[in-house]
Amino acid sequence: MTQPVVEVTNLRKTYGPKVAVDDVTFAVRPGEIFGILGPNGAGKTTTVETLAGLRRADGGTVRVLGRDTQRDPAAVKDLLGVQLQEAALHDKITVGEALRLFAGFYPNPADPDELLALLDLTEHVDKQFGRLSGGQKQRLSIALALIGNPEVAILDELTTGLDPQARRSTWDLVERVRDTGVTILLVTHFMEEAERLCDRLVVIDAGRVVADGTPSGLIADLDTDRTVVVRFTDDAHEPARAVLDRLAAEHPDVTGVAEPNGVPGEIAVTGTPRVLFAVVPALAAADLVPDDVRTVTRTLEDVFLAVTGRTYDQDDEPAHAAEGDRS
Amino acid sequence: MTAIAPARPSAGWRGFGRLLTTEAKVWLRDYASPFFGIVFPTIILLGVGYFIPGMRDPILDAPSDSVWYGLTPIATFLPTVLAMAIGTAALTVMPVTVATYREKGVLRRLSTTPMRPQGIVASHLIINIVTTLVGIALALVVAQVAFGVPVPTQLGVVVLAAALGLCAMFALGMLVAAVAPRASAANAIAMSIYFPMLLVAGLWTPGPIMPELLRQIGQFTPLGAAAQALTEGWFESGFPTLQLVVMAVYTVVLVPLAVRLFRWT
Repeated sequence: MTQPVVEVTNLRKTYGPKVAVDDVTFAVRPGEIFGILGPNGAGKTTTVETLAGLRRADGGTVRVLGRDTQRDPAAVKDLLGVQLQEAALHDKITVGEALRLFAGFYPNPADPDELLALLDLTEHVDKQFGRLSGGQKQRLSIALALIGNPEVAILDELTTGLDPQARRSTWDLVERVRDTGVTILLVTHFMEEAERLCDRLVVIDAGRVVADGTPSGLIADLDTDRTVVVRFTDDAHEPARAVLDRLAAEHPDVTGVAEPNGVPGEIAVTGTPRVLFAVVPALAAADLVPDDVRTVTRTLEDVFLAVTGRTYDQDDEPAHAAEGDRS
Repeated sequence: MTAIAPARPSAGWRGFGRLLTTEAKVWLRDYASPFFGIVFPTIILLGVGYFIPGMRDPILDAPSDSVWYGLTPIATFLPTVLAMAIGTAALTVMPVTVATYREKGVLRRLSTTPMRPQGIVASHLIINIVTTLVGIALALVVAQVAFGVPVPTQLGVVVLAAALGLCAMFALGMLVAAVAPRASAANAIAMSIYFPMLLVAGLWTPGPIMPELLRQIGQFTPLGAAAQALTEGWFESGFPTLQLVVMAVYTVVLVPLAVRLFRWT
């Protein structure tokens, strides 16, 4: 296997009595989008800031492109692009000035005009930083992380505060950047973002890695239960419940029937991955036509619940991230 | 994006020229900063000279063998205005800029690039020193053209006093810049030093009319010492040893202290 681009081993960082990072280990391969996912305060930002040589570790090692960034933080700065959580420029500097300024710091900078085009900022080149929208600031911040032609880019909470549309176009952009050959270390507390973008990821909670793997692998590792939710009108609800209760008692693929709180008339049927095949013929035989059928999709949220025993609760998480597509 | 470039030691100051010119350009867009550093002392000079009665009339009530005899009061006010020009950008503009950059994370952002964050501090030192020199030059030209102030009796002493005053005031400004966590704090600290400094520099009681007690206190402050040394060099014949030593001591004590206490985040 190729040598990891980023290697963090048993990293530990404390602030006085507070342990920010307890024990974090992971390795990032060349060309991948690697995620560090966790709730706010889990130690994600401290991890990448230590990795970038901005903070001193209390234990463990961090290597970027084979260099120890704790011993020699300057060694990789030419090849490491960093986008920090908060925008940090003078309000009166223009987009073009900022990019040319940062380009001057690097030995082999990217072409500012190409980056402006890649990030849809060309028309804002003469706009001052203080007058940019949140999404434009975020895109400029990404452009500044890429201006040095880095081999590795650290992107910390890059879509926080963006509206859903800007968030999605930023995700497309990150994929385009990866396609140019940059290895990306993506820090996020946003499950949907990690699931959508990351090739592999670690889930961090309270300063420790609680899960690591591919998003789909982590979800597949959960138990194999599937749930189908059917909804009926009032008059069909009673007979349908009776049919499904009988099914649960007799059919090997069906293990339980429940009526979760929330939407009236909904019945949740749990079972093996074949539970859908059992439910549909049974309802068809009784000629009970549901108003709505949907399968509940598992997400990284369920992974977090399974490994920590807590629900993943974040203020700006969309309300229905846990539910799947309607079918 | 290139996979071949080997990691090599970064220059640390690569791109400093671009940084300096960009910072200067952006800084000029904040009209208040250049205004205070360059124009403000001259406006005070013109205001005092034209709006306070008798400032342009020769002093005839001093003993006729005194150095003050025959000078205009506005001429004796010039060292105070020069001291003000020396201290304004150093104390009121630069620390606020640096603290703003710290507060906004600009210093931290820069430390993720190959450029050292010292680069941005250095660029603002240069910008504000140049501003100060322009402000001094403007005050001198206006003093000459508007009020016909005589040339200094000891040019060397005047230059030395101005240079040491500049060093001491920028050292003090750097100390404020080093420790103020936010722009508002930098502004508050700077102002609470700046106004007493203007008092001892003679803004309200210039040169010959300063009360003895105020003069005694003032000679141990950087700006008071600067004004007194400039007055000595401009009009009198003595050598202001104490005042020059005071300014040198402030510089050699405060610069290392500021460097030691400087916080990047």
